[in-house]
Amino acid sequence: MPNKLPRFFGLHADPPRGLRVVLALVPFVLLIGLYLIASDIRNTANPQDKLLPGVSKISKAFEKSALKTDKRSDTILLWRDTRASLKRLLIGMSAAAVVGLVLGLNMGLLPGLQCLGLSFITFIANIPPLAILPILFITFGVDELGKTMLIFLGTFPLIARDIYLATRKIPRENIVKALTLGASHFGVVYRVVYPQIIPRLIDTVRLSLGAAWLFLIASEAIASQDGLGYRIFLVRRYLSMDVIIIYVAWITCLAFCFDLGLRQWVALRYPWYDPKADQ
Amino acid sequence: MSDHNDYLLHLENVSKAYGPKMVLNDIDLAVSQQEFCTVVGPSGCGKSTLLRLILGQEQVSGGRLLMQGRPIGFPGPDRGIVYQRYSLFPHLTILDNILVGKQLSRPFLKSLKGRKSDRDEALHYLQSIQLADHAHKYPHQLSGGMQQRVAIAQAVIMKPRILLMDEPFGALDPGTRELMQMLILELWEAHDMTIFFVTHDLEEAVFLGTRILVLSQFYTHEQDNAPGTLKGARIVGDYPLRRKKASSTSMKATEAFGQFIQKIRAEGFDPEYLQHARQFNLKHPDSFITLAERDS
Repeated sequence: MPNKLPRFFGLHADPPRGLRVVLALVPFVLLIGLYLIASDIRNTANPQDKLLPGVSKISKAFEKSALKTDKRSDTILLWRDTRASLKRLLIGMSAAAVVGLVLGLNMGLLPGLQCLGLSFITFIANIPPLAILPILFITFGVDELGKTMLIFLGTFPLIARDIYLATRKIPRENIVKALTLGASHFGVVYRVVYPQIIPRLIDTVRLSLGAAWLFLIASEAIASQDGLGYRIFLVRRYLSMDVIIIYVAWITCLAFCFDLGLRQWVALRYPWYDPKADQ
Repeated sequence: MSDHNDYLLHLENVSKAYGPKMVLNDIDLAVSQQEFCTVVGPSGCGKSTLLRLILGQEQVSGGRLLMQGRPIGFPGPDRGIVYQRYSLFPHLTILDNILVGKQLSRPFLKSLKGRKSDRDEALHYLQSIQLADHAHKYPHQLSGGMQQRVAIAQAVIMKPRILLMDEPFGALDPGTRELMQMLILELWEAHDMTIFFVTHDLEEAVFLGTRILVLSQFYTHEQDNAPGTLKGARIVGDYPLRRKKASSTSMKATEAFGQFIQKIRAEGFDPEYLQHARQFNLKHPDSFITLAERDS
């Protein structure tokens, strides 16, 4: 008789499809439930409570920031902030991805460049980016450049080092094989190794996005006229928990979608990259 | 000894050491065109090192290594290679893996345009290795034997002057292995190739080769008395085998085949059986040894 697999407990558990969905939702339901109960308790005690706004307050704040145009700036604030923030994030991350790729790839393949660059990049990577934020603001100004530079400097060393490691992992045999097929040095770097590294780059960028958001919000909080981080730190002065909650939920949503999108992209576009993933 | 320009490969006094550890000692070897030269020896004796020296992946510590009279350089299109693993490019389909040599060997801009003739040629090779149905799959979707067939076609399509193979069938099951042996013999004959084939399987070496080299560190020589592992391997045996293509695997069952394998096993693989360098069985007409130069 075949063994019956347990549904939830133990190493051999094999939860059925429906249960898998339910299990995934449980922590979310618990969190929201807990919040609603706590908020209800505080609001009955004091209807003016600002700390844990109830559903009605949050939805009102949502309407105000995401659906109605702001009178002073004549824009919908949430969209304006999102656009400003995403622009900074995109420019900073793209620059970091390109520079990280070129550095990592060349250091991984060319011993001369490895000696030249690796210890320097390892050193740079250990500078806490937020600690040099004042320097960046002084040097590049408090406008866009200072903020994108923070994102760039905060993420590119990590990307470069990860691409370097991935390049080193490509078997020597593969590179020698390319040479015996007539590839030049340039050909090996940009036509044999580069295409093998691209999905890894996307993965690394995906994982660096968390840090990039941190730098984005930090720099917006300190000096800015718009952006998601700016707004959160602005309304903090009026204890507007309702707006903060909406903004945080929105940032989380965006980050989650980027992560999901990049993962799907790799799975669809590079089916050879992680053969185990598509089973 | 005739002029070394007549030979495709000419190695004289070649040695290779990693630090204090001598791996290859005083290798003298000449290989003619269209030879199917197999190399056997105890594990760790430096068979693959010898192959990598010829490939140019590693550099000799001493001696001369010539190909058609010229010193061998870094890996290039005149020498093809099939490794046991990692020969294929994981990001390319099977067809593109075979085509990639044609593209890589052209200047960048010209290679961007696919050529119909290349494609047809690649498809022809795909057919000859019976993988035409798998043209658009990726390497990880194929079995080990199929991957090795692609790796062979990928190298053969470039028509290298010599095809180097480093235990290419080492990871395959016995049935697949025999099929692959027949395939490589067919290709060798069809394309008049010169093959340098390293294997740890004696039976495979004797079955495939037209010449077998036995590389071993079990010998005696007054100039290197270093014990056991520190001693560099030499070619202790060099025999001509049949000249024609083996027609079937039934030859492996004959008595003579078995006896020959026993002889080589004793000569190269038995740590107790120590021949002096002067008594090595160098029976192949191309073989030579430069002991005299050093002794004098």
